[in-house]
Amino acid sequence: MKRKHWSDYLWIASSVYLALGFFNILFAWLGMICFITPLFLSVIGGSKIYCNRYCGRGQLFELLGSGFGLSMKRNPPRFLRSKWFRYGFLTFFMTMFLLMIYNTYLVFAGAGLREAVTLLWVFRLPWNWTNTSFAAPWAAQFAFGFYGVMLTSTVLGLVTMIIFKPRTWCVYCPMGTMTQGICIMKHRKERENGRKSETNSGTFKNIGQ
Amino acid sequence: MYLSKKKANITTQCVACGCCVKTCPFGAITIHKGICAVIDGQKCVGCGKCEAVCPASVIYIALREDVKNEA
Repeated sequence: MKRKHWSDYLWIASSVYLALGFFNILFAWLGMICFITPLFLSVIGGSKIYCNRYCGRGQLFELLGSGFGLSMKRNPPRFLRSKWFRYGFLTFFMTMFLLMIYNTYLVFAGAGLREAVTLLWVFRLPWNWTNTSFAAPWAAQFAFGFYGVMLTSTVLGLVTMIIFKPRTWCVYCPMGTMTQGICIMKHRKERENGRKSETNSGTFKNIGQ
Repeated sequence: MYLSKKKANITTQCVACGCCVKTCPFGAITIHKGICAVIDGQKCVGCGKCEAVCPASVIYIALREDVKNEA
């Protein structure tokens, strides 16, 4: 039996994060860790180590789907893994994220704070039981928006976990698509640079002759 | 000499999520540069655990001979 690593328990962090949002929406800011870390690791390291080892959400789906048997474990439809769908979903997700940033800017510029979490980009859930008075209104607005993004992805992940395989969310996760895209670009560039240096060294050899 | 006649194979639509890596009891799968999973044919016994767990359904088990013929 494989020994458990500390990173195998990151599902606890994901669960705690989702729970904390119910107590105080400002905890939503912590979600930025899940947003920046995978990008940082893929840009610097050129790998998907975050998805492979440190993604608490993926672990949570695995635990619920396989451990608790909540998944029907059916194969997901083919379109879900197609480049068109994955990059299309990434574009859509990022557009909604930018809209959320714009709303934060509006509050920063003087618009009123909207104490609601938008679920699945349509449903506005009133979220006015948390005290946000000690934070700047724009910071609170960002927290509402970001928690909506995190909750939406969790709900989508849970639905696809139940209907299909436990980690079906990983197939079309915008962060996963983005980090894989970064890795592809990074290694393509390295390969091209490698080829160039090979050509250059060849040219120098020829000149030398 | 291979341990089994069967072997896991991965199509080009792999999302490199790493589920198969964790599941493989023989450590035969690695994620290549964050782009896709790669199977070590020497270690793979074609048990099918990776096929069962792959969320993108891009892994399939086939006879080594069949895969050679396809190539």
